[in-house]
Amino acid sequence: MAEKITLVVFSGEMDKAMAAFNIAIGAASMGMEVSMFFTFWGLNIIKKNEGPIKSRGMMRKMLNFMNRGGSKRLPLSRFHMLGLGKWMMGKLMREAKFPSVDELIATAKEAGVKFIACTNTMGVMGLSKEAFISEVDSFGGVAAYLAEAKEGRVNLFV
Amino acid sequence: MKTDATLDCIGLYCPMPIYNTAKKIKELKPGQVLEVLADDEGIKEDMPAWCRTTGNELLGIEEENGEYKAYVRKAK
Repeated sequence: MAEKITLVVFSGEMDKAMAAFNIAIGAASMGMEVSMFFTFWGLNIIKKNEGPIKSRGMMRKMLNFMNRGGSKRLPLSRFHMLGLGKWMMGKLMREAKFPSVDELIATAKEAGVKFIACTNTMGVMGLSKEAFISEVDSFGGVAAYLAEAKEGRVNLFV
Repeated sequence: MKTDATLDCIGLYCPMPIYNTAKKIKELKPGQVLEVLADDEGIKEDMPAWCRTTGNELLGIEEENGEYKAYVRKAK
């Protein structure tokens, strides 16, 4: 049976997402079974880029307006500088032919990486399944994570 | 060295050379040799590590003018 690796993707920044996907793709290439659990701000990485995020109640509407998310909207964890830093980093990455977050998501899926969205955070933030990209395999909670992590040889928190 | 297939990973960064190698090796028969071209220095550590983990045999890595040629024999 293949060895397992799990990643808890808590952060919603572009650079951290890239690091997480790189490890996931690398692990899949090494023949490992990979699960990525997206929770809290990490859910932003797997939100659809297009369309409004529907939620109920004033506070949730405000939260989802300020915290829109989507792979193309992720800030940098350092030197974001209102988007200037991200623009510069994006330019450098494109010049170096470094894959974008979208390309990394596509490659991860092609490599068989499983995406799981945390239903707890979705509940708090009032997010429905429709807010997420179709690449998400399942929606689960901490037990779903632990059942995988228990058998994981490598478990990371990003 | 006699090779059965060549994979060009010039210009690609980690983890793409390893990812492409894992994909390409599936097309080979056991015992056949894959040549991987890369210019990301990470390949020097990554290819041996990938081979150790996947059980494929690393026949060697050659370096010339900042480019690397790694030779992998697919496991039986």
